[in-house]
Amino acid sequence: MKYALLSDIHSNLHALDACLAHAQTQGVERIAILGDLVSYGAFPSEVVARCQALQDEGAVVVRGNHEELVQMHNVNTPNPSLGSQTAQWTHDQLSPAQRFWLETLPLTERVDQLFFVHASADAPERWRYVEDERIAGLSLDAACSHPDVRYVFGGHVHHQSLYYRGTGRQLMAFKPTAGVPIPTPKHRQWIATIGSVGQPRDGNPRVMYAVFDSTSAKLTFHRVAYDHRAAASAVREAGLPEFFALRLETGK
Amino acid sequence: MKRLAAGTELDGFRIGACLHAGGMAHIYEVTYADERAAPFAMVMKVPRMTAGDGAENIVGFEVEHQILQVLHGTHVPRFVAAGDLVSLPYLVMEHVQGLTLQQVLDAHTHDLTRATVPEMAQLGAAIARAAHSLHQQNTCHLDLKPANVLLHPDGHAVLLDFGLSCHAHYPDLLAEELRKAVGSPAWIAPEQVVGVRGDPRSDIFAIGVMLYELATGELPFGNPQTNGGMRQRLWMDPTPPRRLRDDLPEWFQEVVLRCLEPEAAKRYPSAAHLAFDLEHPEQIKVTQRGQQIQGTPFFTHVKRWLKAAGMHYQPSPLPSQQIDEVPILMVAVPHHDVSDATLYSLRQAVARSLGIRPGARLAVVTVISPNLSSTSEHDKSETTLHRQYRTMLQQWAQPLDLDDHQTSYHVLEASDVANALVRYAEGNNVSMIVMGAATHGLQMQRFVATVPIKVAMEAPCTVILVKQSLPFELLNSSS
Repeated sequence: MKYALLSDIHSNLHALDACLAHAQTQGVERIAILGDLVSYGAFPSEVVARCQALQDEGAVVVRGNHEELVQMHNVNTPNPSLGSQTAQWTHDQLSPAQRFWLETLPLTERVDQLFFVHASADAPERWRYVEDERIAGLSLDAACSHPDVRYVFGGHVHHQSLYYRGTGRQLMAFKPTAGVPIPTPKHRQWIATIGSVGQPRDGNPRVMYAVFDSTSAKLTFHRVAYDHRAAASAVREAGLPEFFALRLETGK
Repeated sequence: MKRLAAGTELDGFRIGACLHAGGMAHIYEVTYADERAAPFAMVMKVPRMTAGDGAENIVGFEVEHQILQVLHGTHVPRFVAAGDLVSLPYLVMEHVQGLTLQQVLDAHTHDLTRATVPEMAQLGAAIARAAHSLHQQNTCHLDLKPANVLLHPDGHAVLLDFGLSCHAHYPDLLAEELRKAVGSPAWIAPEQVVGVRGDPRSDIFAIGVMLYELATGELPFGNPQTNGGMRQRLWMDPTPPRRLRDDLPEWFQEVVLRCLEPEAAKRYPSAAHLAFDLEHPEQIKVTQRGQQIQGTPFFTHVKRWLKAAGMHYQPSPLPSQQIDEVPILMVAVPHHDVSDATLYSLRQAVARSLGIRPGARLAVVTVISPNLSSTSEHDKSETTLHRQYRTMLQQWAQPLDLDDHQTSYHVLEASDVANALVRYAEGNNVSMIVMGAATHGLQMQRFVATVPIKVAMEAPCTVILVKQSLPFELLNSSS
C-alpha cells in the first residue's frame, strides 16, 4: 500500500493541489493528512472542503494545533499578533460546520504499522516539536507501546527529517535527499517529520511531503514546485499580513 | 542460516558449491532453478544470522543489502536479486572473475618477490579509479583492503563487500552516538578511528596502505588489536617505504605517503587525482615527503599527537559534492595556426574556472600529428619534439597563478584531434574541458563536424568553448 503523507497545509490551496497531483503520479493509494490544515494562507474553507472530500474517500486526517487556534473568535486585543490576526480571519472564513469538523478530528490515528500524529506522540495535545533525537525518541517510544507500530509520521516542525536507531541506544537524525527512496525495513522503528505542504521554511518554496510504500518498506521525501507566487498574491489580496505572503515567496 | 547443501533450491536459485564459509556469511555459486541461462556467473551471499535474531552481526549485511542494489558501473559486482531481510536474507550478485589483491600479495610472498613499480602504479590507478566511481555515486567503501579488491583480467578493479560502507542518501545504520571506530584495523583511516564515516578520502588512505603493503610487504601501521593502537595513525607517520626497499623511486613514496597523511585535507582531494598521478609519474612534483628516508622526527610526532587528541567527529558533506569541488580541469592548447588573442582568451577562461575551485587540478594538453616526429632526424625525435611542445605549454601557462593547483603538461600524438582529447578526458576522469571555439574551425561547423563540436558531443564531461573576446581587438577597432 502506498501512502501519501501530507502535513501543515495551512490554507494553501495551490500547494495542496500541486501536491495531490504529484502524489497521483506516484501511484498513491491512500492519503494521510497530519494536521494544521488551516491558518496563514488564503483558502481555509476550500482546503477544509478538499480534505473532507479526501476523508470521505478513506483518507486519514488528524488534528493540529491550528485547528484549535481558529476556534476562538472576537478576540479584541489592541495589538493582535500576526498569528491571532490570521486565526481570527480564518475563523470568519470557515463555516460553523467546518469548524466543528476540525475541532472533532482525532489527535492520533493508527493504521496497521503506521502511527499518525501532528506533533509528538507521547503527549499529542501539548504540541511539542519533534526537533531533535531526544524528543523523537520520546515520541517513537510512546507510539511503539502498541506492539504493531513500526513507523511514526508527523509534521508540525515544517522540515523533513528521518530518525532511526543505529547501533547505539539513542536515535540518529538523518537529513533526506528529495526524491530518493530510502529503505526503511520494518524490523527497525522509524520516526519521520515529513515537512510542510503549504508553508516550507527552509529557504526553498517547494511543497514538502512524503510517500511511504509499506510493501517495499521504502520512504521517499518529495519536493514539488507549485505556483507559490499565486499563493502569495492570494494572501495579499485577502488582506492577510504581508509576512505570510513573503514567506511563501522565499520559503523562509 | 545453516550451511546449504548443493542442489538446494532457494527462492528460484539452485545452490552450487560453497565458495566461502566466513564468520558472517556463506557464499555459494548459484544458477537459476528453472534452468534459464544467466547472462553472467552468479554467487549468493547468505548471512549466518537473520535480522530476527536482533544481532548486530546482521547490520553489515543489511547495509550491503541496501547499497549493492543501487550501485552501478563496472567497478562493483552486478546486483541480481535480494531476499527479504527478515524472512529470507540473501543477496545474489555477479560472480566476478579474477584474483583478489590479497591473492596477488600472497603469491609474491610465496615466491619471495615484490611487485614492480610499473605494476604497482597500474594496480593503484585501477583501484583509485574504482574508488572514484563509487564516490561519484555518493558511496564511501570504508573497508578497502586486499581481500576486498578484485582484479579483473582486463586490468580494471572491482570492489567487493559493502558491509561497512556508507551511502549518503541512506541513514547510516552503523553510525552511533558514541562514534566507535568501524573498519579493519590495518587499513582504517585516522578519521574513521574517531568515528567519522563518509569521507571519500578515508578510502584514499586505505589505498595508500595497500600500495605500501604491495611495495614493502609490511603494513605501515601494523595490525593493531586495540583502539589505542589504531589511534597511533592519527599522529604517526609510517617508516618511509624507500627505507624498506631502496629501488622505490621518490615519486612512488611521494604518492604513498600523501595517501597516508593523518589529516584528510593533506591527502589527495579525490581518488581521480591519485589515479592521475599514478598514470603520469613523470609529472609528479616530489617534495621532502618523497625524498626522506629517515622518518618523521620525534618532536613533530609529539606536536601532532597533541593535535590529534582534540580530533572529533564532524559530519561529512555528500561525497559526490566533495569530489566535484576538486575537479580535474583539462585545457586543449592549439600549437599552430593560433592567434595570441585565442591563447589569451583560453588562459582567461582557465584562470576563471580555477579561481572558483581551489584544489582543482589542471592538465594542459596539446595534440600533435604523428607525422611530425621522425626516427632518423635528431631534431624531430619523439622525445625532442615532446620536450619542445611541453615547453611551449609551460610558457603558455606561465602567467596563471597555479600555486594551489597541481598542474601537468601533456603532448598527445594522434591524427584525430577530437578523438584524442575525448579519450584523454575519459581515461583521466576529467570533469571539464576548456578549448577554443574558433581555432579548431567553428565557422565550418555547418559543413563538417569540427573538432570543438565533436568534442562537445562526445566528451564525458562539461566542455567550455572559448570565443576570442579580446582587449586587443577592441583596441584595433576603436583606432
